[in-house]
Amino acid sequence: MLVYGRWRTIVAVLVLLLSALYALPNLYPQDPSVQITATHGAKIDAAFRQKIVGTLQQAGVAPKAVEVQKDGNLLVRLTSPNAQVRAADTLRDSVGSDYVVALNLASTVPDWLSAIGARPMLLGLDLQGGVHFLMQVDQKAAIDKRMEAYAEDLRVMLRDKRIRYEAVERLPDNSLRVTLGAGADVAAAQALVMKNLGNLQTDVQGNVITVRVPDKELTQITADAIEQNVGTLRNRINELGVAEPIIQRQGTDRVVVELPGVQDTAQAKRILGATATLEYRGVVEGSAADALASGNVPPGARVYYRKELGPDGKPIPILLSKRLIASGDQLVTAQSSYDSRTGSPSVDITLNSVGGDRMFDYTSQNVGKPMAVVYIERVPEVRKGPDGKEIRTTRINEQVINVATIQGVFGKQFQTTGLSSPKESADLALLLRAGALAAPMDFVEERIIGPSLGAENIQRGLEAVGYSFLFALVFFLFYYRMFGVITCLALLLNLLAVIAILSVMGATMTLPGLAGIALTVGMSVDANVLINERIREDLRQGMPPLTAIAEGYKRAKGTIYDANMTTILAGVALFAFGTGPIKGFAVTLIVGILTSMYTAVSVSRGIATMIYGRRRKLQSIAI
Amino acid sequence: MKPFNLFPYGSNIHFMRLRWVSLAIAALLMFVSIGTMVFNTFRDGHFNGAGTFNYALDFTGGTVTELHFAKPADVDAVRGRLEAAGFHGAQAQNFGSSNDVLVRLQTAPGKAARTADDVLNAVSTPDNPAKVTKSDFVGPQVGKELALNGFYALCFVMIGFLIYISFRFEFKFAIAAIIATLHDVSIVCGWFAISGHEFNLNVLAGVLAVMGFSINDTIVVFDRVRENFRGMRATPEEVMNASVNQTLSRTIITSFVAFLSMLALYLFGGESLRGLAEAQIIGVVIGTLSSIFVACPLLLWLNVTKQDLMPKARDDAALARRP
Repeated sequence: MLVYGRWRTIVAVLVLLLSALYALPNLYPQDPSVQITATHGAKIDAAFRQKIVGTLQQAGVAPKAVEVQKDGNLLVRLTSPNAQVRAADTLRDSVGSDYVVALNLASTVPDWLSAIGARPMLLGLDLQGGVHFLMQVDQKAAIDKRMEAYAEDLRVMLRDKRIRYEAVERLPDNSLRVTLGAGADVAAAQALVMKNLGNLQTDVQGNVITVRVPDKELTQITADAIEQNVGTLRNRINELGVAEPIIQRQGTDRVVVELPGVQDTAQAKRILGATATLEYRGVVEGSAADALASGNVPPGARVYYRKELGPDGKPIPILLSKRLIASGDQLVTAQSSYDSRTGSPSVDITLNSVGGDRMFDYTSQNVGKPMAVVYIERVPEVRKGPDGKEIRTTRINEQVINVATIQGVFGKQFQTTGLSSPKESADLALLLRAGALAAPMDFVEERIIGPSLGAENIQRGLEAVGYSFLFALVFFLFYYRMFGVITCLALLLNLLAVIAILSVMGATMTLPGLAGIALTVGMSVDANVLINERIREDLRQGMPPLTAIAEGYKRAKGTIYDANMTTILAGVALFAFGTGPIKGFAVTLIVGILTSMYTAVSVSRGIATMIYGRRRKLQSIAI
Repeated sequence: MKPFNLFPYGSNIHFMRLRWVSLAIAALLMFVSIGTMVFNTFRDGHFNGAGTFNYALDFTGGTVTELHFAKPADVDAVRGRLEAAGFHGAQAQNFGSSNDVLVRLQTAPGKAARTADDVLNAVSTPDNPAKVTKSDFVGPQVGKELALNGFYALCFVMIGFLIYISFRFEFKFAIAAIIATLHDVSIVCGWFAISGHEFNLNVLAGVLAVMGFSINDTIVVFDRVRENFRGMRATPEEVMNASVNQTLSRTIITSFVAFLSMLALYLFGGESLRGLAEAQIIGVVIGTLSSIFVACPLLLWLNVTKQDLMPKARDDAALARRP
């Protein structure tokens, strides 16, 4: 018999209301705005807000609103994109390097909607545009880093083969000078270098081997560095959860990053350009203060500074080995967590096998001795030169965050503490996970970029998507009559639910994405077609109408289930592909099919029951 | 009131009689499609993955030119002039201020400087002159890992189908469904390789979505085959025929509606949606036909029988009951 339980009706009504509620934010437009975030311990408060309002007034920019947000950021809403660019330029000059100033698009969704987690879908680069960053790769740093690695390789190689050497030094002309110990086998050493680093040229004079990096190799190093940086940026943006970005190489040493309507551009900017990483080094015995005073630093050691301040109010110096035990490059995963004993923020680290082996070797030989963790960060600084031009410099910030005695042997898994805040540990874990930048990058340009599709193109696209949807609706009304109405209602609820779920998920909507919604909703009518055709079939076989409806729904359910499960499998594969529009398409497909299983099978049955369920003596139905 | 029908009920077309013809045509289409892709890839005498399709800007990269106009520029007009000057598929967008425009183009490498001048000539007008502020190469939007990821994704989905369909139906059904799906996807790809139509990320999304449609359609027919095998006393060929005929009206309605939607996108959606819609239109037609003319004949060829669909557990129980 055709019945639809009370609780099912309640659920259906609830789904309708929730879908409408969570789809609602898409109707609110966004404000062009400028977001200011504090870094390095700077503060954003009412006084700072007052200062910003004053600065804007002086520059003749009239903001729509200036708000201090709950997360401690300052948001300046403006009326037009032109005012936005002017305001950003003015503010960037006035606030200094303790704040990140970024362009943003702020939502105008009322607070009560935001409070329940409702937010609009972001529009993609093709429909709305977004922020455009141009980043310059520091090629010299890439070469420096590789040269250091070569030097370290040479040291390890010679030590392993027991060839005595006095020093391995870097010369300014991109070569390395290896001075061997008296009586060492020079020929064997040269053969060793040639064998392991065949891409380098060697030159022997007495007991000195000069290892030169050819120009071709240098070009390759920088090209690889940019390639790796593009990959790393892609990982970082994925970690930030920004959908449908564009990341591409531009020219010889630059990378373009375009992000559609990011919620927190300042955060994106901080993470994109960040170079924070960790290094693990052994502590060299001896007094660092004495070494500094006499200028007599032991060979193989370097002076670092600890995070803690000494009695004189300055950071405590410490001597660390030049030999690196492991670094962030050798990492497999990193997860921010809390130290179980002290409760302080920490990062759980898993190294790869090379790093793990080295860590194991070192710790097994040095139980009871101290080991230090160095936190390295590169801080870009922009100053105005005497001629008014911007001078870009960078300061490398190396800090020993933690010195601990090796209690026992460990390999690739361990925990690092000493970070100052949970935010710092979360950011560091993200950066370590996404992979290190092969060379640091600086922002050279930041602009708001317009939509990549023309206004006319967008208009046509949206209309076409609308038409294609309308085609389906009209066809069903015509073909199935009353059940066409039911099908259309189920279809509209499906559309609303898809939009609501995609909005809550924070999906980015591009034109192909919209087409995907139309296609998915169009494809999901299949479920209704299956049901309606079954009902017709049963009616032809002479079943009474009510039984035919009930049977039709029951029998079509299995078919719908099998057909949709396989389609979802295909959707999951698309998602695994993981690039731009394809991923968006996959999400839409999966969501659309899941919601359609509910709307087509359950909700439409509810509507049919509402219409026909009470009429016991039903003779015929319009299908 | 009489129901309105696109297709008469009680049709009894003998689809399976044509099975060798239809399988031969399917094999030929697949051969031509894959053959063209292989030929394109090795056209220069060696492996060249970039030659398989007419890849668009997002796959190949190109040049980017930044222009500064004396007065605020109308980006749509700039696009129009670029198109008129023969820069097909050029992307123009506002950049920072309304006077700055960024133009992305596909070009052969080594011609950056010439392109920048050509772009300038195309977009500059006497009353709103422009100047080039920067011109550079840009790399592709997708990494090299895309091809590998795609391969993994394909393997994953095939294994997924194999497990799911074997579990819910039977191993022979899984094989037939997978071959039919691969057939559809390779023909859509083949069409883009043969026609040389632009292949961008949206087209790729469209091609992959064909997989979803195709398997969906095949499973609906197979579902009826399964039901009829269990309920009908007839030869496999008759069961197959009856099943296709019974699901025919549903197949046609669903495909017709999907076809209409894509056609709307193709006709009215403009440049950006055309490739996606094209892939889908071909996919819907081929996917619908392949469920009837490829998947079912394959099942017969694989010698599917009533026994294949009988629950195995019952046999064991029956055996156990014997003395």
